[in-house]
Amino acid sequence: MSPHLILRVISKLLIPLIVVFGLYVQFHGDFGPGGGFQAGVIIAVAVILYALIFGMDEARRAVPPTVVRYGAAAGVLIYAGVGIATLLMNGAGEPLNFLDYDALHPDQGHHTGQHYGILLVELGVLTTVSSVMLAIFYAFAGRVPDIPDEEW
Amino acid sequence: MQFLADFLPAGLAVHAPALIVVIPLIMAAVAALMPNGRLGWLVTLITAAIVALFALNLLGQVVESGVISYHLGGWAPPIGIEYRVDMLNIPLLLVVGIVGLLCVIYALPSVGDEIAENKQALFYSAFLVCFAGLLGVTITGDAFNVFVFLEISSIATYTIIAMGAGKDRRALTASYNYLVLGTIGATFFVIGVGFLYMATGTLNMADMAAILEETGHNRVTQAAFAFIVVGLGLKAAMFPLHVWLPNAYAFAPNFVTAFLASTATKVAFYALIRFLFSVFHPDVSFVSMSFTWLFAVVGTIAMVVASLQAVFQTDARRLLAYSSVAQVGYMMLGLGMGTAAGLSAGILHLMNHALMKGALFMALGAFALNFGVRRIKDLAGMSKTMPASAMAFTIAGLSLVGVPLTVGFTSKWYLVTAALERGWWWAVAALMLSSLLALAYVARLLSAIWMDAPPSHHGELSQRRLAPWMVLVPMSVLALANIYFFFHADPLVWLARAAADAVMGGN
Repeated sequence: MSPHLILRVISKLLIPLIVVFGLYVQFHGDFGPGGGFQAGVIIAVAVILYALIFGMDEARRAVPPTVVRYGAAAGVLIYAGVGIATLLMNGAGEPLNFLDYDALHPDQGHHTGQHYGILLVELGVLTTVSSVMLAIFYAFAGRVPDIPDEEW
Repeated sequence: MQFLADFLPAGLAVHAPALIVVIPLIMAAVAALMPNGRLGWLVTLITAAIVALFALNLLGQVVESGVISYHLGGWAPPIGIEYRVDMLNIPLLLVVGIVGLLCVIYALPSVGDEIAENKQALFYSAFLVCFAGLLGVTITGDAFNVFVFLEISSIATYTIIAMGAGKDRRALTASYNYLVLGTIGATFFVIGVGFLYMATGTLNMADMAAILEETGHNRVTQAAFAFIVVGLGLKAAMFPLHVWLPNAYAFAPNFVTAFLASTATKVAFYALIRFLFSVFHPDVSFVSMSFTWLFAVVGTIAMVVASLQAVFQTDARRLLAYSSVAQVGYMMLGLGMGTAAGLSAGILHLMNHALMKGALFMALGAFALNFGVRRIKDLAGMSKTMPASAMAFTIAGLSLVGVPLTVGFTSKWYLVTAALERGWWWAVAALMLSSLLALAYVARLLSAIWMDAPPSHHGELSQRRLAPWMVLVPMSVLALANIYFFFHADPLVWLARAAADAVMGGN
């Protein structure tokens, strides 16, 4: 019988909800308060809660530090990649500038390109923010030995 | 200049203002993914080369077709963010791009020696972020964007300075001090920008200037002016706000010191000029008063006091760091004259100082690489054990004093001429005094290098040890540039003059 049974059960229930809420904040960022930054923090919080309840080793197994490092770089690449893509997808007509999302979709009437662009950019922000939050958490939490159960 | 404007394909050249910032930023992420330091360095080298090419191309474009305005995301200013390249930021882009490239070539042996292998790729990544930030501050025409890039470069700078902890743990406190002060500086700056935004309702610099001219100034804009001057002055190591600099330069990895000493404070100094001339107008009474009573005075004090402090240092890099504070004083004095001649002398000194300090810190890095030199007395006999590096160090050191046949003489000559034109005899006297003090501290270094005998171990003198060619080549290029640009001063003088004219409305 493991200690902190209630904590474990409740947090197992909560963690998926936290992630779903994070995704809601991410995709609702177009229309209301929210966006990649907030969503990234919320999703990182889910992993941090997991680490608090189940221990650092478990958390590191679930989200390895290498993944975190690659994620932090990947987010920047997604964001800047959107900008480069807008340069490369310049079709006929007036040349468009860096990060001009209109290049992403031919439907100019509804500005579909603008929607795609902001979603992709926010995805990059989400990836980097949640990775960096976890990297900071791992760096600090990894410094001291975990508190043994007797000391709770 | 036509070939400079044309050597890139038109599709690239159009986007050069954005790409010169974006490419280092992307490459920073790529460098972080590299499995080892060598590949990280290769990514950095390629990036720095591309940036240098873009900087040259932008020079050609601006000379051929005037000011470039690039609208990010296709949003026209003042709503959108504008990247604006004119003759004032071209010299800075060239300094950051070309000196940056030389520093990166030099980095491989130096960083390999000083930073743990598993951290090198991340170190290069942080360096590239800093590089992108400095270029961003230089190129943007948006006041808030300046703050963002200033923070991007500063935060990366704190990290790469702290990486010196591998050799000396004091790098951590030096970096922490810089972090605290740098953050205060950034906060002051952003408060100032906030006030300006409150007063004008815009963040675009050109738009701000137009609105300020129309509505005139009041307490809010005066407060904004004070906050911005203090904030940027802190970043530029303006005299009483320089306390973070000596330790940061003394304990950072050698490559970082060489790069920062020749670029970072200069970019902040550029931002200061940009705000003084392109946002506030130099004819406004409180701005023109600040030239005489703030920048000229503070610059003169820095020239004398910081040089005096340099004379009494025991650590070689701390000595040069204090000298850097004094050199910022020269630039401030040039700015404080408030004339086109003075400003262009300041900008000329900015470029020349990058050449001297780059070579000096690289040579110190070479000494440190082979013999672990940190203190001045460790330099004993370097002329015999590392003759080539000692030679480069000597040339750049003489240039720092302002000996004829080096660029140091050229920029001091122009400063003196500008001061005389203004009738500021006291400034000329301060320049002479400061040069004498520079002679004193450079003589301490040079006498150790040339006069003292090499240290002996068990009765045997130290052997001659050549620095790796990747150290020698960029160091010699910078050292020889110190001589070359004395005989061919025209390009640099022309750049400085064009920069001053661009903001003083000379053309």
